[in-house]
Amino acid sequence: MSVSVTVCKPLSLADPAWFRYLLIGLTLAIVGLFLVLPLITVLTEAFAKGWATYRDSLSQPDTLAAIRLTLLTAAITVPLTTVFGVAAAWAVARFSFTGKNLLITLIDLPFSVSPVIAGLIYVLVFGAQGWLGPWLLDHDIKIIFAVPGIVLATLFVTFPFVARELIPLMQEIGHEEEEAALSLGANPWQMFFKVTLPNIKWGLLYGVLLCNARAMGEFGAVSVVSGHIRGLTNTLPLHVEVTYNEYDFVGSFAGASLLAGLAVVTLIVKTLLEWKQTQDLKAARKASE
Amino acid sequence: MPQSHILPGFRPAISYTLVYLALIVLIPLSAMLLKSFQLSWEQFLAIITNARVIASFRVTFVSALTAAAVSGVFGFIIAWTLVRYPFPGKRLFDALIDLPFALPTAVAGIVLATIYQPSGVIGKAVMSVLGVQIAYQPVGIVFAMIFIGLPFVVRTIEPVLQEFDTAMEEAAASLGANRLQTFIKVILPNILPAALTGFALAFARGVGEYGSVIFIAGNMPYVSEIVPLLIITKLEQYDYAGATAIGLVMLVLSFILLLLINLLQGWLRRRGGQL
Repeated sequence: MSVSVTVCKPLSLADPAWFRYLLIGLTLAIVGLFLVLPLITVLTEAFAKGWATYRDSLSQPDTLAAIRLTLLTAAITVPLTTVFGVAAAWAVARFSFTGKNLLITLIDLPFSVSPVIAGLIYVLVFGAQGWLGPWLLDHDIKIIFAVPGIVLATLFVTFPFVARELIPLMQEIGHEEEEAALSLGANPWQMFFKVTLPNIKWGLLYGVLLCNARAMGEFGAVSVVSGHIRGLTNTLPLHVEVTYNEYDFVGSFAGASLLAGLAVVTLIVKTLLEWKQTQDLKAARKASE
Repeated sequence: MPQSHILPGFRPAISYTLVYLALIVLIPLSAMLLKSFQLSWEQFLAIITNARVIASFRVTFVSALTAAAVSGVFGFIIAWTLVRYPFPGKRLFDALIDLPFALPTAVAGIVLATIYQPSGVIGKAVMSVLGVQIAYQPVGIVFAMIFIGLPFVVRTIEPVLQEFDTAMEEAAASLGANRLQTFIKVILPNILPAALTGFALAFARGVGEYGSVIFIAGNMPYVSEIVPLLIITKLEQYDYAGATAIGLVMLVLSFILLLLINLLQGWLRRRGGQL
């Protein structure tokens, strides 16, 4: 998480005005062309044929099914990733054990694996030719090209999101308050809900927020396991792809506008949470001084 | 590292963590490893050294390297400006930097293809001025990878620049160094670990990227086909062995990159910066 700080420095260190303006100009140009323009383009393309066409595209049964599946996927994966993140952070940030660094590396691993490989590994386990393929076929259980596969692939790509926010945060907060709660007679759950959770709440929400954005927006991993069955296994990002490839640009960008809206909301909430957490940490530091 | 003896819950927490890690990450990943063991070394080599596969690795790595280098320069300029110079709307621009993290890759993909295609806003301008087409060409892949790599560089350099002790600059200035000398001899060496980390993160992301690239790439075998797409193509042809072999090479390369990034981050921490 980053905090903006304006550095005041003596005149001898000031860069010449032309240089400052040049760099500010370059920054605005890069951010404008690479980041702002794409965001605007989503909207102009989505509304290229007017509001009515936009609304019609979004109320197509296939679009609605895609939105429902995306919401369902997030509703399953976000809680699972969150519970895992809290458990992992509690173990890693509060206890010493051998292999801790290896565990941290393994938790981060899904970040550095290509999303396509994340999908591929589940095909190799659950696919028709996979390890469990014949058994699943015998018992008429569908995982690949069905919703469970989409959920599993999303669980993989969102795996580190909550843990990697909480581990450094809990290490920084320290364990004194929790030990104090215990010595005053709190039971472990009271300690967790009354001391740990309030301390980590902003960081936890931050991780949940980013996890949710990724769960709803994941494309590569889900694309491998989904099978692109319209109305059944298309998530919203996959629906965007399918309609785009069919030259239904308004339909595609209408779906994309929802996802872009999600991204903007995510960025706004993220900025607020960063600000909140900085305030809290400042207050905590002041209190301990 | 504080060691706690009285805090509860270590056993359930670590057990849950390990079981979940094994189920979601380790067992599926080892499935790929085992699947690749079914291939003989000759079969594996034949898949990997196939001309189309080698071409796709070249396209992917050259694009990702170029994009990471451009992201490095752009990211440095943005981080420097955001930390050092006040200007109106700065907080908004700062928040916008993370857009590529938050925007789903499929959305980025179709938007970039729309902007850079010959009839698109930027594509048309570049076409008429330089006579060069960006979308559906190998260079389109680089543009998509710059988009997704940029925030990695900005967000690794920014905190280091913020923590940077201006007293060192003052000392250099008072000893007679001009701004350029101060920059090259004092600031740059201190920023270098962060810049390299950002570069490596952007590169690693670019190598594995799929969604934002395929719409703009053109996806011509030998010319503009990236490795992740080739894996999907093999899967769609039910060539599981081929997909596994290529996937394994990708996985090993990402492990090496991850190791490198961990080393760089360790170096960065020792230099007093933080991530």
